[in-house]
Amino acid sequence: MELVKPAIGLMFWMLVSFGIILFILKKFAWKPILSALKSREESIQKALDDASSARLEMANFKNESERIINQAKIERDNIIKEARDAKDSIVSEAKTKAKEEAEKIMRAARESINNEKMAAITELKNQVAGLSITIAEKIIKEELSSGEKHKTLIHTFLDEVKLN
Amino acid sequence: MFEGIIKKNLKQCFFLLFFSSSAIALAEEPSVPVSEKKFNAGELIMHHIGDAHDWHILDIGEHPVSLPLPVIIYSSERGLDIFLSSSFHHGEKTYKGYKLEHNHIVAVNETGEMEAAEAKTNEELTASLWDFSITKNVFALFFSIALILWIFLSAAKKYKTNPGEAPRGLQSAIEPLIVFVRDDIAKSAIGKHKYEKFMPFLLTVFFFILINNLLGLIPIIPGGANLTGNIAVTLTLAIITFLITTFIGNKHYWRHVFAMPGVPMAVLIILTPIEILGVFLKPFVLMIRLFANITAGHIIALSFFSLIFIFGEMHPAAGLGASVLSIAFTVFMGLLELLVAFLQAYVFTLLSAMYFGMATEEAHH
Repeated sequence: MELVKPAIGLMFWMLVSFGIILFILKKFAWKPILSALKSREESIQKALDDASSARLEMANFKNESERIINQAKIERDNIIKEARDAKDSIVSEAKTKAKEEAEKIMRAARESINNEKMAAITELKNQVAGLSITIAEKIIKEELSSGEKHKTLIHTFLDEVKLN
Repeated sequence: MFEGIIKKNLKQCFFLLFFSSSAIALAEEPSVPVSEKKFNAGELIMHHIGDAHDWHILDIGEHPVSLPLPVIIYSSERGLDIFLSSSFHHGEKTYKGYKLEHNHIVAVNETGEMEAAEAKTNEELTASLWDFSITKNVFALFFSIALILWIFLSAAKKYKTNPGEAPRGLQSAIEPLIVFVRDDIAKSAIGKHKYEKFMPFLLTVFFFILINNLLGLIPIIPGGANLTGNIAVTLTLAIITFLITTFIGNKHYWRHVFAMPGVPMAVLIILTPIEILGVFLKPFVLMIRLFANITAGHIIALSFFSLIFIFGEMHPAAGLGASVLSIAFTVFMGLLELLVAFLQAYVFTLLSAMYFGMATEEAHH
């Protein structure tokens, strides 16, 4: 029974001692240790988070750079294509222009030829008319007495000339 | 076998004793003729696991070497008396009207110094004595507290001087245990939001029990005291847990004790007394578990050891033969006790944390 009878003296010293270490350790050991552990855990967590976000950022950056390179490639192709198109259009335009010019010149030439021709015809007609008149004068001078017969004859001649 | 005599000239060195463990009194002459004593294993074991007013270290021949400890005794009749336990001459003599009887101080009628056997016990006065002596267990308690303070204050200093650095030395030895108490005991038993205010008590109790359990396994001074296997110590720890649980208990907790919600009146008549009993039973079980486990461990280890002397009394060769087996068993028990030392610290802390968790749990219906 001796074993299970708590001694008051030991209980007293135990209470005092335990109270003292609880107070001292709480203030000077557990508080700094627990807060140091907490802040260390937080800093480790932060470092891990930072690393993963940096990794994400790197991937994003890579994607971005790839996108930019692709865009540049497309743009280059476009520029080349545009240049080619421009060259082609310039060449064809020049060709069309040249053709048009040539046609214009030809048309002008043809027109002037026509005009000359018409002028020549007119001239010819006038000369024929002149000649006719001269001929008629001569005929008239020789056969003026025949009257009506001659008039009809002249008219006939004139009509014939006009029809030409 | 622990009888003997301590030389007179190392008296009343009360303060010296507190600051130096070298205050060892050597006995020089046995006053009683050494009789042929039979080895008594029960006496040896009970002496070891119990408390004492001096710290017996070893015997050189028939001269016991022990550390005398201060006796502080108060009675309303005689007032306060402080003297060294060596004045009792291992219980052979009376001193200032007191004598030692089975490691207990009893009052005697005669106030002068005389042979203890001749002094007559004053029962009435003995019953009213207040014994605040620095006994073996109190001395071990003080030593362990100094050790605990040294360990944790120096570790805390490292956390302050090297913030944000990886733990080193002592720090890395205690840090896993602190994290264990925090994450696996406090957080899981009390909950993430309320565990923080219980941490100082839980950590202190865990390391107090653990370190004292381990010190109890060391067979030589200043270890070897059966402090955590002493009912006064476990009772004090259990009372503290009980008081904390009682004072922090919220409405939800007390309603579950006095009127369990959703239980019919007729059942409550039976249930409520059981619940009220449970409030006191919980710390009582805490007290008994730690006390019984640690004491049992000491008893078993010592029993194996005593076998050597029991067989040795029959025949020296038998003792020699038994010693091989005994030492093997004692080593095995020692290893087992290392586990028990940790386990009991864990169980006491975990159960305390669970009681706090129950007392602070919010209603969630």
